Amino acid sequence: MADFSTQELMIIATAREIRDGEVVFIGMRLPIAAFGVARLTHAPTAVGLFEVGLARHAPAQGMLYTMSDPPNQQGAAWATGLIQVLGLLQAGRVDAGFIGGGEIDRFGNINSSYIGDWRRPTVKLPGSGGACDIATMSKRTVAIMNHEKRRLVPRVDYITSPGNLDGGDTRARAGLAWGGPAAVITDRAVLRPFGPDGELHLASWHPGQDVDAVRGHTGWDLEIMPGARETEAPTPDELKALREVVDVEGFWR
Amino acid sequence: MRDKLASLSQAVGELIRDGDSVVLGACLEQNIAFAVVHELIRQGRRDLELVAPISDGATDMLIGAGCVGAVAGAWVGNVSGGLGHNYRRAVEQGLPVPLRINDYSNFSLGMALFAGAYGMPYVPVRSVLGSDIAVSNPAFRRAEDPFGGGPVLLVPAMEPAVAVLPVQRSDRFGNCHHWGNAGVAQEAALAAERVLVVADEIVEPEVIASDPNRVLFPAFRVSAVVHEPAAVHPSPMTGRWKRDTDFYQDYHRRSRDPDDFRAWLREWVLDLSDHAAYRAKLGQRLEALRIRGEALSAPANFAAE
Repeated sequence: MADFSTQELMIIATAREIRDGEVVFIGMRLPIAAFGVARLTHAPTAVGLFEVGLARHAPAQGMLYTMSDPPNQQGAAWATGLIQVLGLLQAGRVDAGFIGGGEIDRFGNINSSYIGDWRRPTVKLPGSGGACDIATMSKRTVAIMNHEKRRLVPRVDYITSPGNLDGGDTRARAGLAWGGPAAVITDRAVLRPFGPDGELHLASWHPGQDVDAVRGHTGWDLEIMPGARETEAPTPDELKALREVVDVEGFWR
Repeated sequence: MRDKLASLSQAVGELIRDGDSVVLGACLEQNIAFAVVHELIRQGRRDLELVAPISDGATDMLIGAGCVGAVAGAWVGNVSGGLGHNYRRAVEQGLPVPLRINDYSNFSLGMALFAGAYGMPYVPVRSVLGSDIAVSNPAFRRAEDPFGGGPVLLVPAMEPAVAVLPVQRSDRFGNCHHWGNAGVAQEAALAAERVLVVADEIVEPEVIASDPNRVLFPAFRVSAVVHEPAAVHPSPMTGRWKRDTDFYQDYHRRSRDPDDFRAWLREWVLDLSDHAAYRAKLGQRLEALRIRGEALSAPANFAAE
């Protein structure tokens, strides 16, 4: 087995979704580490936004449990309010956003609100936070999920964060002029929308996985994207950035 | 100017009534007024409507104590632990009392307060379209932009009864400084009927007047000022207090079972007379959370001549 953890691979795969010079919504936990790696490798001028009302150039020094933790305040590029930062999304000025959730479906719609009928839910999940805003208004959405059959479902019970809705032009017809899923990064694979319907396809499987294993843990009949292959392993530079700067404490090892 | 300094129990007793809508957690994960949450529980307030984008644990405690009838929010849970157990019990089983949920995203909630702050009946947003939040919250309306900009979601203005807003420092008249991320604190202060400022430190008016740009909302909007150091524990406050992650995780474990939660509530809220007793119980643990380093901003010159 390779000398990196699955979580490290997920962080680096997420980092690769950030292009140099982009303005990106970071979210929490794993994407924060991904932003740090991207800044230190291929995207040195990327800017990170946090919905609590912060923008950062350099990633925070020190472990963050929440976006509002003191290390994220010190050295921030902009400390402001929530609507100022989320308003930039609405103005079309944010390139990409990173979100998670309880379940995701084959069109990349995400549920982080209710399992079962929302009028009588069997499980109440915490809710949107800023995820719905990011999914509706950033130019691209990247979802981070654990790859389990109960999480990757044919149709989510409740759409907290719209993906391609029912596929085709349904997202545009709902009034969402831009955006949509660009990638779903799981602990087994990377999925991407493909074809006229924008349905999620298998784009790459992580080292140690194979097509059958990934399909077996997916709740719909997952199709394979042309050119699908094994996820590229972390480069020495990416691992060095992650381990020597971003994750010195080894939280993600 | 009127001296607005009041004790925690007096201010909570006078400003927050049964059935009120109350903004908590306006700064999302920092500056959450847990001291006010504890006092509301001690005073047995009922049928509150809590308003918050994210209020990391505070909403869950009030729900478990039976103080809450409705939540208007985007996210309720425990950032360190995950799901809010009391929130789940209230929604899924109606325990200890049933709960109405008005679903928002962070932006739509912020814009509802923005409309309330500036006297607009509603605001159009591009968020929430296509989601089921637009379905489960009956207050939202989909409309066409009359100027040709396509579909928009109309969000009605929100004017809460009370906004509870912790700040680093205030004078006794309600002139106060807030720094770090502000979330929806400014919109909440301007939209709410009454504003309760919870100050980590009381300073002379000259300190606040030296930097009017650090004032998020004017003193004439402030109803009362409470002085309680570490009122935000276990949440952080920029330049003052670090986050007590262990405390959140312990709460998460001990709120999983209703009986354990009641024991937690006795230990940390009901058996303590006030926030001074809470600080004393934390003792050295609280001292370890105090930020001692300095990363000072450069002074700004406001001289007229």
